[in-house]
Amino acid sequence: MIPAIGELTLILAFILSIIQGTLPLVGVWKNKTTLMNLAVPTARAQSLLILISFAILMYSFYINDFSVLYVASTSNSQLPTMYRLAAVWGGHEGSMLLWVAILSIWTIAVTLFAKNLPDSFRIRLIAVMGLVSVGFLAFILFTSNPFDRLIPAALDGRDLNPLLQDPGMVFHPPVLYMGYVGFSVAFAFAIAALLDGRLDNAWARWTRPWTTVAWAFLTLGIAFGSKWAYYELGWGGWWFWDAVENASFMPWLVGTALIHSLAVTEKRGAFKVWTVLLSICAFSLSLLGTFLVRSGVLTSVHAFATDPSRGLFILLYLVIVIGGALLLFALRAPNVGLGEKFDVVSRESFLLANNVVLVTAAGSVLLGTMYPLLIDALGGGKISVGPPYFDAVFVAIMAPGLFLMGLGPLAKWKKASIPEIGTRLKLAAVISVVSALLVPSVLGKISLMAAVGVFMGAWIVSTTLILLQNRIKAKQLASVSLLENLKNIPLAFYGMLLAHLGIGVFVLGVTLVKGYESEQDLRMEVNDVAKIGDLAFVFKGAQKIQGPNYISSQGKFVVTEDGKQIALLYPEKRFYPVQGATMTEADIEPGVFKDLYVSLGEPLEKGAWSVRIYIKPFVQWIWAGCIIMALGGLLALLDRRYRIANKNLSSRAEEVF
Amino acid sequence: MKARHKRFGLIALGLLLLVIAVVLFTKSFKSNLVFFFSPTQVASGEAPKTGNFRIGGMVEEGSLKRLPDGLRVEFKVTDTAKTMQVQYKGILPDLFKEGKGVVAEGSLNKDGLFVANQVLAKHDENYMPPEAAAALEAAKAQKAKDAAMTNATEGAK
Repeated sequence: MIPAIGELTLILAFILSIIQGTLPLVGVWKNKTTLMNLAVPTARAQSLLILISFAILMYSFYINDFSVLYVASTSNSQLPTMYRLAAVWGGHEGSMLLWVAILSIWTIAVTLFAKNLPDSFRIRLIAVMGLVSVGFLAFILFTSNPFDRLIPAALDGRDLNPLLQDPGMVFHPPVLYMGYVGFSVAFAFAIAALLDGRLDNAWARWTRPWTTVAWAFLTLGIAFGSKWAYYELGWGGWWFWDAVENASFMPWLVGTALIHSLAVTEKRGAFKVWTVLLSICAFSLSLLGTFLVRSGVLTSVHAFATDPSRGLFILLYLVIVIGGALLLFALRAPNVGLGEKFDVVSRESFLLANNVVLVTAAGSVLLGTMYPLLIDALGGGKISVGPPYFDAVFVAIMAPGLFLMGLGPLAKWKKASIPEIGTRLKLAAVISVVSALLVPSVLGKISLMAAVGVFMGAWIVSTTLILLQNRIKAKQLASVSLLENLKNIPLAFYGMLLAHLGIGVFVLGVTLVKGYESEQDLRMEVNDVAKIGDLAFVFKGAQKIQGPNYISSQGKFVVTEDGKQIALLYPEKRFYPVQGATMTEADIEPGVFKDLYVSLGEPLEKGAWSVRIYIKPFVQWIWAGCIIMALGGLLALLDRRYRIANKNLSSRAEEVF
Repeated sequence: MKARHKRFGLIALGLLLLVIAVVLFTKSFKSNLVFFFSPTQVASGEAPKTGNFRIGGMVEEGSLKRLPDGLRVEFKVTDTAKTMQVQYKGILPDLFKEGKGVVAEGSLNKDGLFVANQVLAKHDENYMPPEAAAALEAAKAQKAKDAAMTNATEGAK
């Protein structure tokens, strides 16, 4: 009975979203207030219905209702409650429902917080969100209904894939989807602007906070996923250039470009057409990502057995959304106008370079990801593009971008002078060169890659700090204290600083872990000692333990440094009887300067095991950097100008065409 | 320097960088393409003698053996028509199982043994990597064709 209600609310939401996506648009066009007034109530009602439906599915999981096919195939009565709830998005149908549930949250947020926009614009915005929702609800109802019944009900479920029984499963998908789906708001802003003929500074100012939040969530989501892969997959990597990772990374790259391009549009009125195009691309890539993950066309850690007809549906939806948006863009964009001129050396130019770098990087990732699919579709055989391609191309493209990151924020709008920027950055250059020489020699192995990486990391961190110092000097009031001066700097500026610092920390982490990690696959008998540098790992044997829904062999390792014990590690090899699956659970001793990482391979004769031991220096900096970036984004959001701007600017925003 | 000159210089520099980028890019792309071959294709000598490629199919039942050093394993991959021996050093992924689908990346050594540097066996029980599934399909289709051919020739007699 209860699952039937879940299905009913979804159907109602589908009908309402069709109304939300069409009639208000007609209303704006024909200037009929009654139709326009439908937008907000239908949007809120359909969102609420979707959330109810989502809650019902969650409840079905909670009470182990195995008369629901989806519950029976992704859950089990033995599964701990936390994972039972997370199992809602453990399979295809639930993931899609999570997608629209998060779209509902964004829709409700738009109806609540985007109040101060001009009526016609706001209504178009909400209607476009409705159209996005229509497509996904149709997809769920027609191809992947999570409420399909199983009669008679199963006695017990087939269990959640053991790989997904991890705290990462609770956070990674929802946060990632918050980012993915969040770009639908930027997309809706762009489409509404094209329909409305309003593309001005005010428009950019309205769009910015939404885009920044989505970006921050996406950053966090990707970081969670990377961390999860690091400890769960048992081979200690944090990024594999796996097609599905790439699928989340491309919207991130384009989204990052979008954030910067929006800044130019807001401050200088330039890059308007480009900004709109980026908004469309960011969301299109999010949809493409969903398609890649859900259609099962790829060999990937995320690929499950899937149904190709679904892939076709998403592909069709993709063509309609992207094609329609680009068509509208082609029709309307030529009228937009160019905005203010700028000199070749100016902050605009630096931001343009930033955009070129980020978009090129996204393009090269897209090529590497899609090329095998394309060749296969054309009957050219099965190929794959190796990670070395991504490493080489990505680093080559990003390195100049990282260098410019230090210069750009110091350049003046409209016209800047390179010698002037140079003088300000002398100190940063010295610090970076010294670190580039010093750090690798301290760590004991000098390589060009490490030196360049450390230079870039130190360059970004030091230029960012100099930027703050410059800002204080430029706007300093002698009459007040330093603290007062710091308070006068807008939060958005601090947000930018923080995000840039995050990149610096991230670059250092990547460089040092790449350059100085060590890994060993060994055969160890009880009381064998593995020595790596000053560290010694002693294997104390393995014993059987019983978990809630698994049996485990748990190894014990004592790690000593110069004879002193520094860590005890208990890696496990778990067996989950319901799915007959074996899982490796690595044990990690994290640290600021290095992680100690041990995972068990297979049992060999006489209590010996094959063992994998890693030392991962500075690996935590990678995720710390991402978290700092995301915090920067959230801090920028709190800037008071977004709140004030929404009130004042909406009334005096000029029409552009 | 006039603004126009400056602009021209920058555009020229930009184009130069672009050309360098495209050259490096294409080179890196080409050298990192990894092709996929089924055991049948490898048996007929279609696979490269040197360099990396991917193979895929099913791990043959009862073929998994551990070498005396305890770290290297050997197993057979089959597409039901042909079978090939694969050697791998390191820890196999959790979902590697006899009778299940597998994709391995590596190269042939001078004795013609496929030495894998990476073994991919993914996620859930019933999931078959698309490449492996395609290899099995191709072998099945070939067998059907052969059978039809034999029937046809016999019919002609």
